[in-house]
Amino acid sequence: MEFSSQRLADVFVAEPVGQIDHPNAERLRQALAPVLDATVLAKGAVVLDFSRVTYISSMGLRILLMAAKQLRAQDARIAVAALQPVVTEIFDIARFNHVLEIFPTVRAALEQFSGSALAAYDAAAT
Amino acid sequence: MMRIRFWGTRGSLPVALTAFGVRDKLIRALRAASGRTFASDDDLVAFVDRLGLSVAGSYGGHTSCVEIETGSSDYILCDLGTGVRPFGQKAIARHGPASPQTYHIFMSHVHWDHIMGFPFFTPAYIPGNRLRIYGGHEKLMEAFCRQQAAPSFPVEFATLGASIEFVHLQPGRQYEIAGMQVNLMLQRHAGDSYGYRFTSGGRSVVYTTDSEHTLEDAKETGIYVNFFRDADLVVFDAMYSLADTISVKADWGHSSNIVGVELCQLAGARQLCLFHHEPIHGDDAIERILAETRRYEEITRFGKPLLVTAAYDGMEIEL
Repeated sequence: MEFSSQRLADVFVAEPVGQIDHPNAERLRQALAPVLDATVLAKGAVVLDFSRVTYISSMGLRILLMAAKQLRAQDARIAVAALQPVVTEIFDIARFNHVLEIFPTVRAALEQFSGSALAAYDAAAT
Repeated sequence: MMRIRFWGTRGSLPVALTAFGVRDKLIRALRAASGRTFASDDDLVAFVDRLGLSVAGSYGGHTSCVEIETGSSDYILCDLGTGVRPFGQKAIARHGPASPQTYHIFMSHVHWDHIMGFPFFTPAYIPGNRLRIYGGHEKLMEAFCRQQAAPSFPVEFATLGASIEFVHLQPGRQYEIAGMQVNLMLQRHAGDSYGYRFTSGGRSVVYTTDSEHTLEDAKETGIYVNFFRDADLVVFDAMYSLADTISVKADWGHSSNIVGVELCQLAGARQLCLFHHEPIHGDDAIERILAETRRYEEITRFGKPLLVTAAYDGMEIEL
């Protein structure tokens, strides 16, 4: 599993790539940890761009919810965006659509979270 | 051959179908039959059977009680939820009250929903019957006595007519009981619970209820996977959604359908049976969870297919 992240104003956009199965879930946790710490410091938000995630196991979902708990406890937010259809199905079956904020696109998430992050995203896209 | 018969499949609390629920099912069945004609009763029965449990039946509402048939003349049960009452009636109807029987009963734990059927288990009142109650807890008997002590119940445990013996079992050992090999496993649940693996005639069934499988710890997961390894059937506590088990119901001691599929896939088990249904869930909800679980199995399949079923009161599975 690959992982990258970028900061757009007060929002971090993180992009895992590939399958988040049991062996990869720990890698996601480790890669996400510094992003969460930075988000807490910034009192901002994390948007997970899932457009290139093809599968997520229960361990991966657990890590997302633990991240959400950590951030919410410190007035920060997390969302998942751009889920592939099969990953959407997994979120629905696991009822994660009830406990995590999910957006159709990264842009839609930024629109909800931060005007300055959205402006930076749009500027980078043009 | 093993035959698993479910007498009670509900978690935490028994539930009953209401008059409104029956009415709703009738309306849906009549709507489905609208405009149809049936050439015979057989055609009618076939049509009803195709409607599915959410319309033409019910998953039922008794709490945990599962019978295992192996060909032994002794009876074998897991847990003593309210499902044991109809089981006891059937056993008496079959043999008559004057024909002594032996009942081997394996307890996952002694939380109320798993023992509440016992005061209504008629064979326990009949002299000559023999009950051997097995479990990993050292103080099994105390829970049974307390349940029947005044003012909670009018008949004290000590006055029961059957010969009742409590047998303490230990994880890590294999036992030969009623012609089966029996292993047990400590599980994560408030006050502990125990899962069982029963093997007879080359068939294995795992009964794992009231167990919170998190898969967080690889070593712990490995222990469970080995316990489930190549089982023909895993009867699995799938009471909550995965999201609930990690959020509002974390540490409540129960598992999800998703984790059930993943553990069974890792273990190469052949069939997963969703069990210990959430009492809030109606038949439609359980049927939807079953369909979703089958879909999740399909999405995540990496070896042979895992058959997924959902237990209902009266269901039989032959292995």
